Amino acid sequence: MTTQTLVHVANPELAARWRRATEEPAWVRWTLIGVALTFLALFLVLPLAVVLYGAFEQGLQVWWAAINEPDALAAIRLSLMVVLIVVPINLVFGVAAAWAIAKFEFRGKPILISLIDMPFAISPVVVGLIFVILFGSQGWLGPWLAAHDLRIIFAVPGIVIVIAFGTLPFIARELIPLMQQQGKEEEEASLTLGASGWKTFWYVTLPNIKWGLIYGVILCNARALGEFGAVAVVSGRIRGETNTMPLHIEVLYNEYMFTAAFAVSSLLTGLALVTIAVKSFIEWLDERQRPAGDSH
Amino acid sequence: MKNILKNTLAGALATLIAGSALAADINLLNVSYDPTRELYREYNAAFSKYWQAETGQSVNVRQSHGGSGSQARAVIDGLDADVVTLALAYDVDALRQHADLIPENWQSRLANNSSPYTSTIVLLVRKGNPKNIKDWDDLVRDDVEVITPNPKTSGGARWNYLAAWGYALKQNGGDEEKAYEFVRKLFANVPVLDPGARGATNTFVQRGLGDVFIAWENEAYLSVEQLGKGEFEIVVPSVSILAEPPVTVVDKNVDRKGTREVAEAYLQYLYSEEAQRIAARNYYRPSNPEIAREFADKFVDVELFRIDDVFGGWEKAQNDHFNDGGKFDSILESLTKR
Repeated sequence: MTTQTLVHVANPELAARWRRATEEPAWVRWTLIGVALTFLALFLVLPLAVVLYGAFEQGLQVWWAAINEPDALAAIRLSLMVVLIVVPINLVFGVAAAWAIAKFEFRGKPILISLIDMPFAISPVVVGLIFVILFGSQGWLGPWLAAHDLRIIFAVPGIVIVIAFGTLPFIARELIPLMQQQGKEEEEASLTLGASGWKTFWYVTLPNIKWGLIYGVILCNARALGEFGAVAVVSGRIRGETNTMPLHIEVLYNEYMFTAAFAVSSLLTGLALVTIAVKSFIEWLDERQRPAGDSH
Repeated sequence: MKNILKNTLAGALATLIAGSALAADINLLNVSYDPTRELYREYNAAFSKYWQAETGQSVNVRQSHGGSGSQARAVIDGLDADVVTLALAYDVDALRQHADLIPENWQSRLANNSSPYTSTIVLLVRKGNPKNIKDWDDLVRDDVEVITPNPKTSGGARWNYLAAWGYALKQNGGDEEKAYEFVRKLFANVPVLDPGARGATNTFVQRGLGDVFIAWENEAYLSVEQLGKGEFEIVVPSVSILAEPPVTVVDKNVDRKGTREVAEAYLQYLYSEEAQRIAARNYYRPSNPEIAREFADKFVDVELFRIDDVFGGWEKAQNDHFNDGGKFDSILESLTKR
């Protein structure tokens, strides 16, 4: 089976460019490296260090007390639950959208692509307000929802919706170029050999997009955990109920509980670091699984 | 697109149902403003105990805190508050003006203008009071920098502004022109106008900007307690404004949820001796004069005026001073032109 992908088709060219780069004079190389490292240190390592320092400044016990507190635990639970709902939804949507865009020709395709990108372009605060206008009790659907005693805004469903909206492009965006590049020859071959559509998806398409899919899920997960602006608008900030981790951090900071704020921040940062570690591990696996002949 | 919406709603609905398994007999939601967290944490525990003893029912009071204006907005948009306990009557009245959630006479339903506790505006200075700031007059001196948030966006800052204005009126026999000039000079001494009270606190305390910070009394005590004992001092001016943070039941919500009885009891009990002491311990001035006497050493005696008496109520004050084209706009304009 031809499941080996052509993702790294640009590699030989990249390698050539890399060789050229190393032929630059030493001072150019060192200046560039220096600039990059200084930048990284200033804008990444330093803030990370500040968060960790602030979190553990007063010892592990204080850190643990800040985490093991009902409101903090509720915020952690809520954030994780939202991720568990949002990521699968966007997974299904992303695969479906990328499949449709990459493998079929239809009218209005550019519009669909632009629409998928929209959540990236709209400010999160506006996203929140859109849903308040839609579901709020002064909004379009508000009276109907109230009559049926359904709560969307200022409750967990509202938070899920805005985060799903904000993270909608991640998986689709990851898959579309990949699937377009792969073309539809393999699927067509499978179909002409008599496989059903479902079987083709399962045995031909999915293995081909596996890594891109996992990568998209990881990005989507990271963003869903961290989303702040839109959630702040629709959450209602009920303690222990509709405060996600980022909102809880803001609450703590505003209440002068700096150590606790940093402790929860460190946990959120930790989750992000784990995400990145998993991503790197998967990339490494991907490299390893690729036979030598394919990677160059 | 349709699919995702359906999926989202289905998932959301599932969590909604799972999430509404109630531990207590009754759940109340108190939507409040930022600095009342400690107050209500202590009070909610006291009230639950009281209600359990009285009726045998357990009550769980959930809290939501945020900027007073935005909290009112959230209730208008459907945040399911049983009671609101906000920073100023103007924000509470918005519930009536924009959504008809409470009746017109809401503020006369409970004693003391529905304000079980009050506060006032004081001046926070750095240790040892290096600029020797004693009263409002010192805030218009050329060598003094003043920190206060923007009255356009911060409820607390409006109290600050009106306190200064009221003082100037008193000094000048009610001359509005002179009051305007006084407040204009005061704002000329403000290096940064933060949008919110907590941001302004950070400007003064963390960033170390300014010589004096105009703050709510309870906020000032909190800053002194939590952000560095001995680094700041509270200066109580000769005259200040009586800040009345009002409370009310949100009628439409409690009637729908069937929580009116307990919600009303929740607010009534704020006037009890126990609750008044809790308020005082959290740096709010108790409305019960006897309890206030118990805490006399904590709250300096100061001549306080009411917004109703000097400015004709919040709505008028808002219109005259803070709405677009009001006096504060004109002050800002004259300052940027310089």
